[in-house]
Amino acid sequence: MTTLAAAAELSRSETVVFWILGPIALAGAFGTVLARNAIHSALFLVMTMASLGAFYFVLEAPFLGVVQIIVYTGAIMILFLFVLMLVGRDASDSIVETLRGQRWAATLFGIGFAALAGGGIYRALDEVALVGLTGVNANGGNVLRIAELTFTKYLFAFELTSALLITAAVGAMVLTHVEREPGERRGQRQLSKDRVRSARPSPLPGPGVYATHHSIATPALLPDGTVAQESVSRLVEPVLPAEPGLGIRPELEPAVPGRDRVVSTTTTAADGPDLPGSQSGGPASVTGTREPRGASQQRQTDPTARTGSVGGGAERSE
Amino acid sequence: MTPLATDPTLENFGTDPFWLVLLKAVFIFVFLVVMVLFTIVYERKVVAYMQARVGPNRTGPGGWLQSLADGIKLALKEEVIPALADKPVYFLAPVLATVPAFLAFSVIPFGPMVSIFGTQTPLQLTDLPVGVLVVFACSSLGVYGIVLAGWASGSTYPLLGGLRSAAQMISYEIAMGLSLVAVFLYANTMSTSAIVTAQQDTWYGLLLLPSFLIYAVAVVGETNRAPFDLPEAESELVGGFHTEYSSLKFALFFLAEYANMVTVSALATTLFLGGWRAPFPISTVWEGANSGWWPMLWFFGKVLLCLFVFVWLRGTLPRLRYDQFMHFGWKFLVPAGLVWILFIGAFSVLREEGYDTRQILLYGVLPLMVLIIVVTYLWPENGSADDEDDEDEELPPARGARGTDGGGMFPVPPMDLVVPPSPRLRAQRPITVPATTETDDTDPPAGETR
Repeated sequence: MTTLAAAAELSRSETVVFWILGPIALAGAFGTVLARNAIHSALFLVMTMASLGAFYFVLEAPFLGVVQIIVYTGAIMILFLFVLMLVGRDASDSIVETLRGQRWAATLFGIGFAALAGGGIYRALDEVALVGLTGVNANGGNVLRIAELTFTKYLFAFELTSALLITAAVGAMVLTHVEREPGERRGQRQLSKDRVRSARPSPLPGPGVYATHHSIATPALLPDGTVAQESVSRLVEPVLPAEPGLGIRPELEPAVPGRDRVVSTTTTAADGPDLPGSQSGGPASVTGTREPRGASQQRQTDPTARTGSVGGGAERSE
Repeated sequence: MTPLATDPTLENFGTDPFWLVLLKAVFIFVFLVVMVLFTIVYERKVVAYMQARVGPNRTGPGGWLQSLADGIKLALKEEVIPALADKPVYFLAPVLATVPAFLAFSVIPFGPMVSIFGTQTPLQLTDLPVGVLVVFACSSLGVYGIVLAGWASGSTYPLLGGLRSAAQMISYEIAMGLSLVAVFLYANTMSTSAIVTAQQDTWYGLLLLPSFLIYAVAVVGETNRAPFDLPEAESELVGGFHTEYSSLKFALFFLAEYANMVTVSALATTLFLGGWRAPFPISTVWEGANSGWWPMLWFFGKVLLCLFVFVWLRGTLPRLRYDQFMHFGWKFLVPAGLVWILFIGAFSVLREEGYDTRQILLYGVLPLMVLIIVVTYLWPENGSADDEDDEDEELPPARGARGTDGGGMFPVPPMDLVVPPSPRLRAQRPITVPATTETDDTDPPAGETR
């Protein structure tokens, strides 16, 4: 492609590439608009941008083509994906119209705008003769010519763009900056020293995850059968495995203010159809393990709220 | 600096007949696949040697067919697709990881002009005025494979691994790009074949040593290799982005990782180690070392050397913590790259103004270095707060020591320790430490101690 000398008319290879990549680019554009899933949308946009990059190659502007792929496809769209993934994988478009009739209006105006813009461009380019870049690229090559134009004729615009980007970057840093007193942030060394001197130099006990419970809310049991309160995060409500075989002796549990609901569990209440092991996995079993604690029913978190978490692999909704 | 007649220029490309293009493309594909199979065994053998083990030695002569056997086994395994996977993207991701890895090799020069079946052609599939940037573009597309694999698996660990790798590869791509700028400035071109031609006298690895070092560090991060293999840190993320992949799709990720390793090694060879040119003692002794098919041998040897360094790093260094890794990339590699480019730019401008290299070194670089050294010495010492409290603080004595004074002894359990009986073993008697047998064996029935 680099040594193409077709100045006045489209060469055969150019035409072939155009008719292959053109539909792909167009399909990508439509896919971007029509895809329900935000990630799929972004991927279709990547497809369009990559095709445009290939077009630049065909049009004898290899530098622009490569930059298009590196900057737009490689960097900007990756950042887009980054953000979209953090939003969550189930964030598909809802089909409910919030504004009445906006879809029809949008379609109508979209088609109208496309017709206007396309017609205008078509009219404008109808009488333009095909020049090609051979003449421009001749003296020193494509890269040198672009560099010359950028740093002489369009220097001001170039600098303005860079100022804009710098401003955006500085703004982002200012907005996300966290003010810290000097010495407030303790280093790894200080942290480890503090830990060794504290009452508990060892790690906290892990949660008691049994075969019938995959929830981290299941507390670990001490050798005498009491609950190890430190084994469950402060952020979750401990749920006792109500299974007779495990030898839990709830009467031995130390009463902790605010957690008394939990320690009032009795093993006898769980005997019967409520055995969590007899149920299939999922939110239902989470509810099942909590049922014996009649007092805490109203404090339960909604099981459906858990399944909506980002990439909630452990607890999936059927 | 007059280029040899066998040195290809940009005019030599784009004129090959179709069958030759096909031949070269197939050769590159086969070369990369064989190199990947080779590198896997090579890596295992080198690491084994470093750890005083034998390494793979069962399959094939000397164990060299081990990776082939593994590859066939992997392809024939059952494929498990997670129920929550986003199917189209899940299928697309390994392809997106693999294709750019192979594509990047199309601009790597293997050797000078040779005659293949009577046609004079360079030993390189193609070249562009922006050849090196094509490799760069391919590596930036390769990120998609990993990111999408992480997302499409529909599971937490792959997602975290994918996000990590996106951040990591973008960050280290910047450092890598900056390290290449000095080469472009020096060679006045971005085409790979011309850069090899420009290194006829001195390798850029010596001339632009800081660039080479930055490149070497950045590509280790870029290819997710140890000690920067955070996207698949086993101890934190199970397997990272490819946790949920199995069978041929996993094999594709494996292939892509090693193909990327070969590609960046080949690029390092091309940009910094003189490309296919024979190394110093050979080229001076033997005239014909840089013509014909011999250069492929030198090229292969240099690539092998780079791969050895990759393996060496893996066998030596522990994995970095993620924040340290990002710190290093953004706060050291990128600024160092920028300063170095500034320096090289000033150097080039001065040379174009008519100063010769010795003058610049004497009146520019030497005073600058002296200044830097003086400033470094005179800079006020600010040791970190952690180091200071080391001296004035004294560790408290260990608690729970057996002696009455308790000071400075190793913490041991108390002598009168009574272990409570297990509630599940009610029939058993309480266990007591034999040294303090004050309790009669007949005394407490089981379970009454509490």
